[in-house]
Order: sequence, then C-alpha cells, then structure tokens
Amino acid sequence: MAQNRAGMIIALLADLHGNLEALEACLRHAADRGVGRHAFLGDLVGYGADPGPVTDIVAAFASSGAIVVKGNHDAAIEQGARELNELARESIEWTRQALTVQQRQFLASLPLSIRDGSICFVHASAAAPEAWEYIGDNHAARTSIEAAGTSYVFSGHVHDQMLYFLTTVGKIAPFRPISGSAVPVPSHRRWLAIAGSVGQPRDGNRAAAYAVFDDVAEQITFYRVPYDHLAAARKIREAGLPEDLAQRLERAL
Amino acid sequence: MSSVLLPLRSGSEVDGFRIAERIHAGGMGNIYRVTKPGFELPMIMKVPRVGPNEPTEGIISFETEAMIVPALRGPHVPKFIAAGDLARTPYLVTEWVEGQTLDQRLAGRSIPVDDVIRVGAAIADALHDLHQQDVVHLDVKPSNVIMKGDGSAVLIDYGFSHHARYPDLLAEEKRFGAGSAPYVSPEQLLGTRNDPRSDIFSLGVVLYEMATGTMPFGELDSDVRNRLWLDPVPPALHTPAVRPWLQEIILRCLEPSAVTRYQSAAHVAFDLRNPEQVRLTARAAKSQRAGLLRHVRRFLDARRELGHRLRFPKGQVSNSPIIMVAVDTSHPDDERQPALQRTTEQILSLSREFRLICVSVIDAAPLMDNASVAESASGIHLEHLIRLRHWVEPLRMPQQRLSLHVIQAPKPANALIDFARQNNVDLMVLGVPGADQPDRSSWQSVASAVSANAPCSVHVVRYPTRAT
Repeated sequence: MAQNRAGMIIALLADLHGNLEALEACLRHAADRGVGRHAFLGDLVGYGADPGPVTDIVAAFASSGAIVVKGNHDAAIEQGARELNELARESIEWTRQALTVQQRQFLASLPLSIRDGSICFVHASAAAPEAWEYIGDNHAARTSIEAAGTSYVFSGHVHDQMLYFLTTVGKIAPFRPISGSAVPVPSHRRWLAIAGSVGQPRDGNRAAAYAVFDDVAEQITFYRVPYDHLAAARKIREAGLPEDLAQRLERAL
Repeated sequence: MSSVLLPLRSGSEVDGFRIAERIHAGGMGNIYRVTKPGFELPMIMKVPRVGPNEPTEGIISFETEAMIVPALRGPHVPKFIAAGDLARTPYLVTEWVEGQTLDQRLAGRSIPVDDVIRVGAAIADALHDLHQQDVVHLDVKPSNVIMKGDGSAVLIDYGFSHHARYPDLLAEEKRFGAGSAPYVSPEQLLGTRNDPRSDIFSLGVVLYEMATGTMPFGELDSDVRNRLWLDPVPPALHTPAVRPWLQEIILRCLEPSAVTRYQSAAHVAFDLRNPEQVRLTARAAKSQRAGLLRHVRRFLDARRELGHRLRFPKGQVSNSPIIMVAVDTSHPDDERQPALQRTTEQILSLSREFRLICVSVIDAAPLMDNASVAESASGIHLEHLIRLRHWVEPLRMPQQRLSLHVIQAPKPANALIDFARQNNVDLMVLGVPGADQPDRSSWQSVASAVSANAPCSVHVVRYPTRAT
C-alpha cells in the first residue's frame, strides 16, 4: 500500500456515516481539485441510510491503494455497540442487517491507524486508537501528536474541522480553519488536522466537510461542500431509522 | 532546526540565488542583495539567525513572514519570489523595493505639513490594501515603510503580522514583545493580534512623529504601558502649522480604545485628502494635554479595559466600507432621484459603520468673458453643492460619516472612476435614466463605462419604465 506518495494531493474524508449523497458530492469536489489519492478516516457507516453503497465505494478506492482506517461505528458492527449512545446503538443494529457479509468483513478488516511517511492516519487519538477518545481540547491533541511521532496526524471522530499545531515552546495552539482557504502547514512543525464530518456535520452548517492535503506545497485546505441533504434525510426516514437522525442532517446540529 | 546558517559570503550561491552584498545585519538575521539568471527584478534574500544559541524569537518571526508574504498581492507589498525549506536552508527572497524608507526620509526630524498629509495618506492606502487581504501588519513604523518615487508606500517586514486565515504562530509565544515600543497600540500590549485598528494607532504615532519630530508616548521600552492612559501633547503645540483638522485626525488615530479610533485606514486616507470634510471635535481644539484629574480617569478606564481584552469583531474591514453615490444635480427633479435615495437609504440601513460620499460631476464651467470665469465657476460649484446637500438631507446621515463633492470634469465616467479609486470606495451607487428619458441618455453610457471600469462594486439603480 502506498509506496510512492510523492507529489500526491490527498483528500481526507472522515465520518461518512452512510451518507451516500454527501460522499459523492465530496468525491466530485475533490476530483475537480486534482486529488490523486484518498484517505478515509473511519466511521464509514452508522446513522445514515446507505451503509452498503458507501462501504462499496470505499472498498473500491481501497483496492486501488486508498488509505482506510476503522472508526468506532465500523468496529461496533462486529463487536456490538455497548459503548455507544442509544441513537447510535439503534442505527448500528439497523446497519448490521443492511450490510452484506462481504461488506461487514471489509469493515472488520480495517486497521485502527496507518503510518505513512510523515503522516499518521487515525480515526480518534493516535495515543490509544481503540479507546475512541475525542480530540476535543489542546491536551487531547497534544497526546495524539506526541504518540503519533509524525509531522502530521489526520483524524476524525470529532465532527468539527480543526487544526492544532505545536508551538516552538512546546505549547499547543488550536486554529479554526476557514473553508476554501489553503493553510501552510510546514513539515518541520507538528500538526493535527480534524477533517470534519462528510456525512453528519454538527456545527449548524449542513454542507459536508472534508479536507485536502498537498504534501509538496505543504498546505491543507478545509472545504465545505453543499449536497442534497434533503434526499439523504428522506432515505433515513424511509428506512425507518430514528427521526432524530434525519433531522440532524436537516439542521446540522 | 537542524543546520546552522553562517553569514553568507558574497559570491556564494543558495538554490541558484547568487549572494551579493549584505545590506542589513540585525538581531533577527541578515539581508543580502541577490541575483538569479532569468529574474529581472532586483531581489533581496532574508536569512534568519538559526542555531542553538540564537533566540527562537527570530525564527518564529521569520516563519511568520515566510507564511504571510507569499499570500500578499498588490502594489503596497514586496513581491514574493522564493522561500527555502525552513528545516534545511531557511531563506526568503522578495523583490527589492526601490525607494527610501520613511525612516531615512525623516532622519529624526519633522517634515512639512503638506508632506505629512501626502505620506500619511499613502501609508493609509497601503494599510487599507493590506487589511482587505485579511492581514494586520502590527509593526507599522517609519523603517518599515518604503516611499516609492511615485509617492505610494510599500509596507515591509511581516515578522509580527497576523493573517486571519492562517494559524497564528506568534499567538502563543506571549513572552515575545509585540511590535516596536514607540509605535505599538495599547491592545497589542494586552495580547490582541487580530485587530486592524492596531495599525491605525501606529499610523497615528507615525503621523505625530512626522508632524512634530517627537514621539507621542516616548521612545523607551519602559514607557510602553503609558499609552494605555497617557494623553499625548497635542501636536499643534509642537508644530503650529498642524491645523485643527490634522490634529483631529492624528489624535483620533491615537485614541487608546480601538472603538473610538478610525475604524478603517481608508477613512484616514480620505480625511487626510479632504480636510474640509473632517468633522472637528474637542480633539481639534486641544491646546494642552489633559490635567491630572482627567489623567487619573484615563488611567482608571484603561485599568478597567485590562480586565477584558478588546476583541476585534470579525469582518470589520468589509463592514465599514465607503459607499459613494453619484447624484445628477443637473436634473434635481428627475424621477431617478427618489429611487436613488431609496436604494441608498436601504444600503445605509445595513450598518452604522458605513461612510457615505455624495458626488456630483458637472461640466467644466462654460467659458464666458475672462473676468467672470472664476466667479461663475465657483457660483455654479456652490449651487450644485447646495443641491447635493438637499438631496442627501432626507437620509439624515451624521456629519462625520458624510461628505459631499462637486467635481467639474468633461467626462463624468472617468471622473467618477478616478474618484472611487483615489478614495478606496467599496461600492458606487448610480442611477440610469429610463427609456422614456431620451434626453438623459448620456447617463446610460456613463453607467456602462463605470460598471465596466470601476475599481469597486457598482450598483445601478433604474427607475422602472412605465407602460404607456
């Protein structure tokens, strides 16, 4: 996997959550921006009405060399959803029966993290990926950066886009990126980027979130991509999934 | 940082750039003239001091500059050429801007008031351009201003700057001093780094220095906190040639609280170029600094503000734009006028930070016999000014946000475009005649020429044509 990364522009796609409309919109958007490689940062399924088609798309990318790591919802398909909240549990039960054996095997086969050159890809914290800790503050970000030991950590789990960096005095500073504005991330510093959620944004902005990393220019650009969220919400209702999950896409809260 | 970069020898080469003479050696690093085949522009290379015994301040400052300079555009910044890999060979190559630094120009003395105005307006233009690119300079001082031959200003040295769309590498490095002691704004001292009005304060210090040859808050690092409360000596006391309107501008820039300063550098430039439009307040007439009691109050006010840092409201630059409305005062009773008034009123109702400039372009005065030309020209001018005032009265704009101009020019479109460019106008509003007004059709072509060539947004108001 991934021997030659030189000169590749990588799309970072996290927390897809079975949202086919959002995923397709992000993939089209990324293709228009010359993306040559994809990294799927976990939680391919759960909440959304299209876990099967989304898993198939990701599996197809994986067979041609894409990075894919496991998220807690993906893990819950095999291991059970005891640690998840009720809403997530209900959707996991539904998702499990909606997936084929092959799709479930693909999810079960995913690694928790992948180190590739100067980058660590992981769904939650690089310090203990299987503990599914949220990178919600400076301390958690620092722990993950230090455990990864790479210049870059790209993750998801938290649904809001964020960029953390280590200062020269060893402090950590957060930066809330602005959509579409390329941010220089020189590799001599240490960076942790949270790509945002493709399939279930929760910051009041319904548009799907993802990011693009250019390893030659050493730049990361966070994007928000509008998609047909009404269609995605309608499918959730038609599937008989909890109403809250449909409303979440409509309100992005 | 793995390598230590020693001073470069003249004639040596870094990534194809041939090193010529060293033109600056400072605490932060060295600056060399450089050449490279295929590059016509005169260039300089900045190389930071890196090494185990060097302060990290220099390298973060350098890193900040290397991050921001490539993103800058336009005539008021040095053109970015190349940057070296920071971990191996840190350097930054930019255009060498021909001209004289304001520092050299001043040489520790004051300059004539006319020059203060011209240079001050040029710096304000440059700052406005920078602020519109989401960058706050944060180290505005004469040695960072290069005056070009054409009278425009270029701002150099972005080592302390802040870019609103980039992570701020200096934000967490609080132990580093902010800016340069004599020029730094009060809120910068308190750690605020994202407020363009900090640059307006520093511009005020530069204006004061140019006009009087002295510094309003002293020159020592130890004086630095005094600007939180100290009332500077009114500049006219040092230099009687400083007219009340200029004193008004300078002291308004130097207000300790950012909300009472000018909110946009474009407004400073505008006032410097239009003295008759400056609304005078108590600042203009001040002939002594505040007494003891007033100083104590200022001190207490400052203390209160220390508690909660001034936070800069997002998007301030674009929220305090200059709106220019072109009024055809030759046809004051035209149907277009109420429509134009209504639209202008709607635009102004969006924000209380707008500044409105009303402009009327009239034909150059008709030639009569020589003796009466001047008199009749000024008479016509005044008549149109009165009509303009009458036009704007229903909008009830406060004086300090309003100005009126009658321009005598043969080509209205060119005059409007030039005026908009000179005054950093953000939006021009103008009316076009309806199809039932064939005698006004010349305005049709004015509107097309303006929309095609204006340096700003253009809003064309049309009075709906009635079906007959």
